[in-house]
Amino acid sequence: MQYLDNYLQSKGGYDYTNVKRNELMKAQGFKEMPFTKTGTTIVGVIFEGGVVMAADTRATAGSIVADKNCEKLHPLAPNIWAAGAGTAADLHHQCAHFNAKLKLQRLNLNRQSRVNEVITKLTTKLFPYRGHIGVALIIGGIDSNGPQLASVSPHGNYVYHPFQSMGSGSLAALGILEAKFQDGLTKQQAIDLAIEAIEAGIFHDMGSGSNVDVVAITKEGVDYRRNIRQYNAKSHQKQIPYHFPANNTPALRKYEFNFEKQELREIGKEMEIIE
Amino acid sequence: MYIPVNDMLKHFKQDAPAMANITHKSDQWSPYHDNSGTVLAVGIPGAVIVAGDTRLSNGYNILSRDATKLSQLTDKCVLATAGQYADFIALRKFLQQRLQLYEFQNEVQASTETVAHLLSRELYSRRFFPYYTFNLLAGLDENNHGVVYGYDAIGSYDQMTYGVQGSGQELVVAVLDNQLKGYNKINKTIPQTREEILDIILDCFSCAAERDIHTGDNVEILIITAAGTERIVKPLRKD
Repeated sequence: MQYLDNYLQSKGGYDYTNVKRNELMKAQGFKEMPFTKTGTTIVGVIFEGGVVMAADTRATAGSIVADKNCEKLHPLAPNIWAAGAGTAADLHHQCAHFNAKLKLQRLNLNRQSRVNEVITKLTTKLFPYRGHIGVALIIGGIDSNGPQLASVSPHGNYVYHPFQSMGSGSLAALGILEAKFQDGLTKQQAIDLAIEAIEAGIFHDMGSGSNVDVVAITKEGVDYRRNIRQYNAKSHQKQIPYHFPANNTPALRKYEFNFEKQELREIGKEMEIIE
Repeated sequence: MYIPVNDMLKHFKQDAPAMANITHKSDQWSPYHDNSGTVLAVGIPGAVIVAGDTRLSNGYNILSRDATKLSQLTDKCVLATAGQYADFIALRKFLQQRLQLYEFQNEVQASTETVAHLLSRELYSRRFFPYYTFNLLAGLDENNHGVVYGYDAIGSYDQMTYGVQGSGQELVVAVLDNQLKGYNKINKTIPQTREEILDIILDCFSCAAERDIHTGDNVEILIITAAGTERIVKPLRKD
């Protein structure tokens, strides 16, 4: 059956040798690094004449909050924004990449970008990576086909629906959206609904928290409100402030660097660690 | 040309052995749940201060915003537990019943040292199916000085001046090392009064709630002195 081997090899298709390599590495004891994921609650809502998207602002690395006020709403084009959940680095780089790609396309074709273009480009990029690029996006914009809202999953699946939510807090937000969404909302009603949905995620999902960001896209333009709502101020102000007087930290060794002579020399004796 | 389908499949399976034989180890049932949260205890001459947040969680969900992690076992000592809530309840029930029996038989409440030893033996009795609990036993000793005993899951314990357990442990313990023991300070100015220490404890919880997703909602503080027990509850972040 050698000819079959050669045939299939030349045909191409997916190469899974890296999977074997990863398994071997894991067996040898390489620990997978924890990515900064964004936990997250993001929502999108279509209203009469546009689309509004909202997100919380907490980024987590495991169970620690890595960023208390990160930005999850990314512009892809003047008329298209993306809200992202998943691995923070992937989101940032993928959105920047597609922003640039779309801009280049607009310069070449002299036409406004469309949401379905973004979806196609995104899904054709994500699918071959089998979900390893951890981006779960809600893409919203207004183009020649009217207001559009779609969500894209890390494996490359997409769904168009008048309201969407993604992220660890998506179920909390979806409860609010399913109960309160109607067709023909006004811009302000849609913003209020989106904020309420994110609030549900912030208070009932521990992967989401801090503040709410909102962006509303209409034919007139983009209305981006960073931190439109801020809850959860730090609960305790210390009555007696911490006092760290100068020269109170024991040094094990002290060095002096002379810039003119460009030399480093040790001054002072080694001090013991004081407990 | 005609290639039998089964032969084709065999080749793909050879090319991707990992994909064909994926075992989902994560699906295996575990008897343990980490309900998380943070507890801490500080002993000073004349009193002991025990604090715990009141959030009960499971993964990313909040099960309760109002669940106590502290349990007063005798007039002089309190058990503070982080870890699995069900095991905390079972452990608490055992200790309460056993200490009640002790009081009936000896006509006096057990001392903190006795309770500490009892807790250690009970935890070790479950050496091969442990209580998923990370305990602090805080109380007043025979001279009414505050003492804290810290435990691991199977009962190894030691006396300390202060202890922290739970999901916010790493965030808080370094602050207490610096403030209550003067680590990395030449002139150590260690707070002596109750107000100063309460201030530090509240700040530690507030900071832990900022950066640990499992800590929040409220912090419950018990102050045990020879005169009695005082309870304070302060709000924390709810997100």
